[in-house]
Amino acid sequence: MTRPARFRSASLAVLALAGAAALASPAAAKTLVYCSEGSPENFYPAVNTTGTSFDANSQIYGRLVDFERGTTNVVPGLAERWEISDDGKTYLFHLRRGVKWHSNRAFKPSRDFNADDVLFAVERQWKEEHPFFKVTSSNHTYFNDMGMPKLLKSVEKVDDHTIRMTLNSAEAPFLSDFAMEYAGIQSKEYADAMLKAGTPEKLDQEPIGTGPFYLVQYQKDAVIRYKAFPEFWGGKAKIDDLVFSITPDASVRWAKLQKGECHVMPYPNPADLDAIRKDANVTVLEQPGLNIGYLAYNTQKKPFDDVRVRKALNMAIDKKAILDAVYLTTGIAATNPIPPSMWSYNKEVKDDPFDPAAAKKMLAEAGFPNGFETDLWAMPVQRPYNPNARRIAELMQADLAKIGVKAEIKSFEWGEYRKRLQNGEHQTGMLGWTGDNGDPDNFLNTLLGCSAAQPGGGNTAKWCNKEFDDLVVKAKAVSDQGERAKLYGQAQVVFKREAPWFTIAHAVQLKPVRKEVVDFKLSPFGRHTFYGVDLK
Amino acid sequence: MLRFALTRLTLIVPTLVGITVLAFFLIRLVPGDPIETMAGERGIDPARHEALRKAYGFDRPLYVQYGVYLERLLHGDLGRSISTSEPVGSEFLTLFPATVELGVAAILFALLLGLPAGIVAAIRRNTILDQGVMGISLTGYSMPIFWWGLLLILLFSVQLGWTPVSGRISVQFFVEPVTGFLLVDTLLAGDRDAFRSALSHLVLPAVVLGTVPLAVIARMTRSAMLEVMGEDYIRTARAKGLPPLRVVGLHALRNALIPVVTVIGLQVGILFTGAILTETIFSWPGIGKWLIEAIGRRDYPVLQGGILLIGAVVMAVNLGVDLAYGLINPRIRHGR
Repeated sequence: MTRPARFRSASLAVLALAGAAALASPAAAKTLVYCSEGSPENFYPAVNTTGTSFDANSQIYGRLVDFERGTTNVVPGLAERWEISDDGKTYLFHLRRGVKWHSNRAFKPSRDFNADDVLFAVERQWKEEHPFFKVTSSNHTYFNDMGMPKLLKSVEKVDDHTIRMTLNSAEAPFLSDFAMEYAGIQSKEYADAMLKAGTPEKLDQEPIGTGPFYLVQYQKDAVIRYKAFPEFWGGKAKIDDLVFSITPDASVRWAKLQKGECHVMPYPNPADLDAIRKDANVTVLEQPGLNIGYLAYNTQKKPFDDVRVRKALNMAIDKKAILDAVYLTTGIAATNPIPPSMWSYNKEVKDDPFDPAAAKKMLAEAGFPNGFETDLWAMPVQRPYNPNARRIAELMQADLAKIGVKAEIKSFEWGEYRKRLQNGEHQTGMLGWTGDNGDPDNFLNTLLGCSAAQPGGGNTAKWCNKEFDDLVVKAKAVSDQGERAKLYGQAQVVFKREAPWFTIAHAVQLKPVRKEVVDFKLSPFGRHTFYGVDLK
Repeated sequence: MLRFALTRLTLIVPTLVGITVLAFFLIRLVPGDPIETMAGERGIDPARHEALRKAYGFDRPLYVQYGVYLERLLHGDLGRSISTSEPVGSEFLTLFPATVELGVAAILFALLLGLPAGIVAAIRRNTILDQGVMGISLTGYSMPIFWWGLLLILLFSVQLGWTPVSGRISVQFFVEPVTGFLLVDTLLAGDRDAFRSALSHLVLPAVVLGTVPLAVIARMTRSAMLEVMGEDYIRTARAKGLPPLRVVGLHALRNALIPVVTVIGLQVGILFTGAILTETIFSWPGIGKWLIEAIGRRDYPVLQGGILLIGAVVMAVNLGVDLAYGLINPRIRHGR
């Protein structure tokens, strides 16, 4: 049998280790084992769509700019500094010098990272005629979703260490967009070599990056092994070996953590949380996630075109009961459409009170003294921001019945559900969002802006309010963060007043970590990166 | 014998074509498509959705897509996974050895315990031993695999610490795959510790996956043995004064094995079904888990290819079983 491609090891180190039985003993090498939840799609982050894939790839690839560990702040990455023109349309990136590429047995780089690599990374996703556009997949999801094809006017190499990007319009979140995983930079020299050898797909299967860890071995559904890259521009990682032990079942991940077979695990089973918290060898790190779960009222359909009806329903639903019964300790009540950890969050905004009597009265004022009939869509699947939509729908249904609103719970297959909801076929429906880049625009404009209210758009309330839209569109073009925060703060006031959603909750991110792990930081994006992490 | 084998082989072809038809059309009846599924909360704009449908060939009429699929299949091309972009055949070959290793271990476990248990139950009919064996096997047969697996992990891995929790080998071992069968590869690498680790990782999943076949084999052996034990030739053998071990082991068991072998052949199909859950619980990188994920992602090429290949394997095993009848019982040698 031919040796399957997946088993081909990716680095020279493998050759040295191939005959060896084991990795160096724990006393000699620090090995951190992360019980990941699944296999990556491949090793080309620009076509990845899952956090699982991003986790696997973010150890390997560098980007022009990065998110500071544990925050949403953008910090220098492969670009050591940058200048933005006064009109906010031109970005001049000064690239870091002396950045080394990993190597593997198929390829040894002859040069350091330079501007050609940045051009390659952008053009591969942008230009259909690029020889690598269709390699692995032409579905460059995030590059498209972040609006890059329309936003980018040109990307030019000024010299080997300077890149100029010109935009068609000012876009304040642009830097954050480039800190996302899809913007990971691959080696153009490696790509050229693979193209010449007739195996362009190897670029995405046996990856070479500039990141803190290089890939040693990947066995689908079993294990991903990395080693610390000694020549990483930021200095060698504190751990020597990083192993992703792929473990799809949450209870089994917990069993492995308990036994010390892994050090960090994502997505614990809520039923195991009590036991996890009691374990003396484990710490549970917690942080409100960058997410929101909500019930959207279709404002283009009667009776939800009337703000009084929306407000009445907001007051009729007992949010605390939903949190207690469904989220347990894994959620906090949501007031605004953005999570409290996000800059520009408006603390002054007060949530609609739970007041069924006032709700009934307001419904009567709106012309529905005896209530009405509506649908209530519930997702068929568990999502990071909503552990059990069906159960929540049942609780909402009972609350609404008390003010005379008869809600019929509906559900569809997940892809179909989202598609129909975004086409506006519902009257009320649950959905949610997990942030991409830590920018409020990624919530407020993406989920509530007029441009997203078209059929198929992400604005599931189909709510187009000029006052709100003007604020978020203006905020997107302003570069001063203080001024942007003010505009977004006002937008949140308009949102609450107009009530296109019943804001349910922000799910809390929980990460059980063994106590010997030092300095593991929760990522607001729910990612798992291990540069900077140490073991006692 | 040869003629029988050839006839059976000829029958395999229309069956495989039937599987391609079922796999191709049934999975397309499931709502949702791979592009929608990939889009998640963010959705996808209709123009881009259409462009991607075109890129994957989903815009063409179903019968045309099926024709293209068959044509590629005849050239040995099973297509590429939509999710990973890897060739389906290569992914299957990577993962299949893990499933085979687990399946063989499970069947061995089921046979080693099931056959003696069935024989003992038949010989000691209507005793506490018989009722005990039958009661336990009925419990085993009714056990939900997911629950059973987690229970064993909690007891043997977490509480007693006898076995590892999950995976195929401890992460400290780095064995270059040669055959894909870890027990073989660790031996080839000459690494005893790695072999021991691989073996210890195999124990619990094999027990879990082997539980249902064990129960079926034990019950089937018992009833077949009971039937045979009532035959005249057994009475004759006893009357001749043959030792009981010889009567049971040679005269009775050999004849009782035929229905048992049939059941073992049928269990292969059931093993694949069980492997889906077992592999998920024990993080076992086999084809069961691969197919489950493909269903969630509506990864049509993986599902079509995976179902076809599994179907082919099940048919091959059952053909082998049919041919094995002749070896067990000369009276039914085919073609005579």
